[in-house]
Amino acid sequence: MAPATSVVDVTVIATESLSKRFPRVTALDRLSLDIGPGVTGLVGSNGAGKSTLIKILLGLSPATEGRAAVLGLDVATEGAAIRERVGYMPEHDCLPPDVSATEFVVHMARMSGLPPTAARERTADTLRHVGLYEERYRPIGGYSTGMKQRVKLAQALVHDPQLVLLDEPTNGLDPVGRDEMLGLIRRVHTDFGISVLVTSHLLGELERTCDHVVVIDGGTLLRSSSTRDFTQTTTTLAVEVTDSDTHPDGTDALRRILTGAGIKLVGHDGVDAEGLPGAGHILLVEATGEETYDLVRDSVAELGLGLVRMEQRRHHIAEVFRTARTAEAAMTVAAGAGQQKGSGRDEH
Amino acid sequence: MSTETGTATGSDTSRIHNIGYRSYDGVRLGRAYARRSLYSQSLRGSFGLGRSAKSKVLPMLLCGVMCMVALILVAVAMATPTLTKLPIKYTDFAIYLQAVIGLFVASQAPQSVSRDLRFKSVPLYFSRPIERIDYVLAKFAAMASALLILTGLPLVILYVGALLAKFDFGDQTKGFGQGMVSVALLSVLFAGLGLVVAALTPRRGFGVAAVIAVLTITYGAVSTVQAIAWETDSAGAITWLGLFSPITLIDGVQTAFLGASSAFPGGEGPGAAAGVAYLIVVLALVAGSYAVLMRRYRRVGL
Repeated sequence: MAPATSVVDVTVIATESLSKRFPRVTALDRLSLDIGPGVTGLVGSNGAGKSTLIKILLGLSPATEGRAAVLGLDVATEGAAIRERVGYMPEHDCLPPDVSATEFVVHMARMSGLPPTAARERTADTLRHVGLYEERYRPIGGYSTGMKQRVKLAQALVHDPQLVLLDEPTNGLDPVGRDEMLGLIRRVHTDFGISVLVTSHLLGELERTCDHVVVIDGGTLLRSSSTRDFTQTTTTLAVEVTDSDTHPDGTDALRRILTGAGIKLVGHDGVDAEGLPGAGHILLVEATGEETYDLVRDSVAELGLGLVRMEQRRHHIAEVFRTARTAEAAMTVAAGAGQQKGSGRDEH
Repeated sequence: MSTETGTATGSDTSRIHNIGYRSYDGVRLGRAYARRSLYSQSLRGSFGLGRSAKSKVLPMLLCGVMCMVALILVAVAMATPTLTKLPIKYTDFAIYLQAVIGLFVASQAPQSVSRDLRFKSVPLYFSRPIERIDYVLAKFAAMASALLILTGLPLVILYVGALLAKFDFGDQTKGFGQGMVSVALLSVLFAGLGLVVAALTPRRGFGVAAVIAVLTITYGAVSTVQAIAWETDSAGAITWLGLFSPITLIDGVQTAFLGASSAFPGGEGPGAAAGVAYLIVVLALVAGSYAVLMRRYRRVGL
């Protein structure tokens, strides 16, 4: 069935002024989205309307107004057809502790309409792909949080959907488990050819995983653009060099020669290289094009220093998000302090 | 992770086969199949099949008790040459062994529905092609079928035994038929009540206790009050009191329509007119159980 290539240029999820109002709360307010194939992050704080949107997309909760389509199927009238082609991984625990992962996933595969033999084969495959091996025959009750999350992901993938909706899949995981889960999510698209909508309230972790990020807040669309737009508007190079006998402080020597060549350096004394190891010895260089790379290389060679590393330092989504919000705040409130802080971050 | 992802992104689909992900091109059997699968899984689960060895003990034991009693009755019938029929009527069997049936419902109804509610697995079902009505119908039918097996199997044993003992074929077949209709009604009624109580009390111990309460305490109360009514010569009240517990409801219906002899004090039981009231109450309870279950699952949708 459809690997990613066959659904290129097809809209996976489309909503048109979608609203959902509860007696006291407006969960979604005229939300219009257009999400293509790939891994899409849906970012918002708790209560921003993420879960409500997922329910509507699965055809389980009618929208108050507006329309939505998933894989070209109308959520209001073709819910069952959508749910046959879509996988869903809930945010909360949903696994019975007294059965094994295999038994549970086989059952869920059959609930998706797979014949018994296919259900067993797909279960074995899927559990292997999410990284569960021998333990899959043991009762789920004894699993770690990370393993449970993998079972939850497996049950969403077992019927080979065209799209999976993952609600906070990294919840409760430690940093290593988080990285593994994010890697797995990436593979769901790149290797399995399944489009992914993944929600999170952590912007940072979606940066590496998603092709596209949608930010919603208070049920309205705050921003929707590709991760590249978010993170690569300007490129910053992190450069680290060794010291030599002629240049006891290699970093300083390079800084002087680069500044002399008219290259703009971001921050000074490594202040803005926070978070990178060896921050004090790293120069952040604003790259304007190919020639900047050449210049750095030539300068280092000229000084006779060793180039430890030269890497692109991407902007973090968090910064852009903060900018978007402060810009908005600035428009309405025109608060000097907030704006200054926002524009300060903009420079690098 | 990053290196792996990096290379995979670069070469799209060509890598799928290398990594071994196989997409699924086979048939998708849809909603009716999923409903049937859920039904058979739940039915098997009621007897502990497909579950841990520990969970097989109780249902199998109860089923064994039911069959053992039937076998003993058959043995007695065969060993006593003077008998021309079974020691008890087919319709009496379930009434005598109601405690066993009650235990079965109390232990299996919560495992059938409360587990999904307690561990929040219900959203996983409803994110698939099946709808709320499919889930409720499958669970209801599975519980009723399990009870029908539990109560019908001993009747089959009795019937086969009666035929082997060369009792009158016509009589036995008629009695067996009436008995089966009666236990079928009992199964649907008990399944409905058991599931409703279990679905409203997701916590494990509570569900079991609540089902036992509904089935046996009501019977205890009704039969006590009936006995008092009998002692105080208000026999007319006995019939109407029977409407207030599940097992006396079945007793009433089968006394009125299925040739059973009532276990009510005085052995009178309701006549045809009161029997209609009994039947209406039974059907209303079954319909009501279904409606309550549907409501219950609307709330837990996702």
